[in-house]
Amino acid sequence: MIKDWALMGTVLGLLTAATFAGQWLRRQTSLGLDQRAVTAFNSRVQAWWFFSVVLGLAFFNRQLTVVLFGCLAFWALREFLTLTPTRAGDHRALFWVFFFFTPLQFVLVAYNNYAFYSILIPVYAFLFIAARVAISGDYQRFLERVAKIQFGLLVCVYCLSFAPALLFLNWKHMDGGYANARLLFFFITMVLFAELAQFLASRLFGRHIIVKAIDDSRSWEGVLTAAGASAMLGLTLYWATPFTAWWQVVAMSMLIAAMASAGALTMAAIKRDRGEVTSSTLIEGHGGVLNRIDAICFAAPVFYHVFNYFFAAPP
Amino acid sequence: MITETLLIWTARFISGVSVRWVDSQPDTCQRVYFANHTSHLDVVLVWSALPTDVRRLTRPIAAKDYWERGFVRRHLHQVFNAMLIDRKEIKVHQSPVDLMLREIGDTHSLILFPEGGRSPGEGIGEFKSGLYYLSKKRPDLELIPVHINNMNRILPRGEFLPVPLLSSLTFGPPIWLEAGEPKNEFLARARAAVVGLKDK
Repeated sequence: MIKDWALMGTVLGLLTAATFAGQWLRRQTSLGLDQRAVTAFNSRVQAWWFFSVVLGLAFFNRQLTVVLFGCLAFWALREFLTLTPTRAGDHRALFWVFFFFTPLQFVLVAYNNYAFYSILIPVYAFLFIAARVAISGDYQRFLERVAKIQFGLLVCVYCLSFAPALLFLNWKHMDGGYANARLLFFFITMVLFAELAQFLASRLFGRHIIVKAIDDSRSWEGVLTAAGASAMLGLTLYWATPFTAWWQVVAMSMLIAAMASAGALTMAAIKRDRGEVTSSTLIEGHGGVLNRIDAICFAAPVFYHVFNYFFAAPP
Repeated sequence: MITETLLIWTARFISGVSVRWVDSQPDTCQRVYFANHTSHLDVVLVWSALPTDVRRLTRPIAAKDYWERGFVRRHLHQVFNAMLIDRKEIKVHQSPVDLMLREIGDTHSLILFPEGGRSPGEGIGEFKSGLYYLSKKRPDLELIPVHINNMNRILPRGEFLPVPLLSSLTFGPPIWLEAGEPKNEFLARARAAVVGLKDK
């Protein structure tokens, strides 16, 4: 019990610090900072607040948390497919994707049916989409169109659903009834913190840009600093995690940081490709929900499975 | 009342619409909103995007043959106070334009889709001449161009199940019929006003 409150308190403290830093930066017009960077920083902090509140709910009700993540996935998929050019022939397949596979995935997660939800999308949905698009009779750029829908479903729904799935894992020496909620809280905090640290470090002393054509600010310095800072934060939160040795939490934190960067970079590539749509009026704010969850989407399934492989115990 | 709220929120949920007014403000003065037409949701969408006080005074123009079929549609067109126009039988002494002008009086505004029907795909079809005759008889009406973006993917022609992508609705600055402006030039200008809103 004490650990739950301590973890929430620590995250609250970090968030407050980040919020104050952001607001202070916004007022410092004399420093000659890039205002867009400050705004981007602040919107990241806002997303972090949002997730912390949602995750606060995870301590009270697992099912409700799954539903909220489902809504998030639905909205992200909506943004993704709005950016993606589809043809009239894809319409029926898209209907099933939105109103059947997306809800079903989260219902299965809520009932902890791992055997089914781990293959629902990569097997059944993928084959169904291809067949349904074929039945529509429009064969132009067939593979390309099918792949686009499949990728959207995989990243926005399947990958994201592994974050609330953490609530149903079992491991040895679970302490307290909220150990799962703490694990999810730890995971989300690490992802969002890693992205924030990467962003700050790249802005402050990023020299070697990773891929200039896709993301003109993400640098090796930033990613390495983020991994280091995540490891540090992981160590400070060590007591709240189920890990049994300090090097485990360090390795896991760095893994999360690396996956978060990979996710953000991948999504940036997609947005770069569809540049004219991204800048249009369809999606409000700083690229919308998708922009905020891309890192979580990549980190969640990897974290889930690595944890499951090394630490989980059969129920 | 309940149907109205339900309808508005359903339409907003399905279309994920973001509404923008570009060089234009919502106002209760008499106006004609004219928009491109790609889906069945367009009528509800434009109508529900207006602020409540404006919405109460605004009547969408709808096709009689479509909206008088079945109980649900008959109830729905009453909810948004639609003005039904017979597309099939247009009589000289009872022309749609005269009917519209008589119905709106000095208080109501109109929503109309000058393409006449839903266009397939992304393109915007040629405008029918109703808009021209309407403003020739009532040159004081403000004509507000409205651009509906992406609805052709959300509920395309010939589909009855929607796909909930995101769309946007842009209201532009008013245009008027210039004195002595030829019909075709005016209609082309009105169409260009709608098309031009896409990238604003």
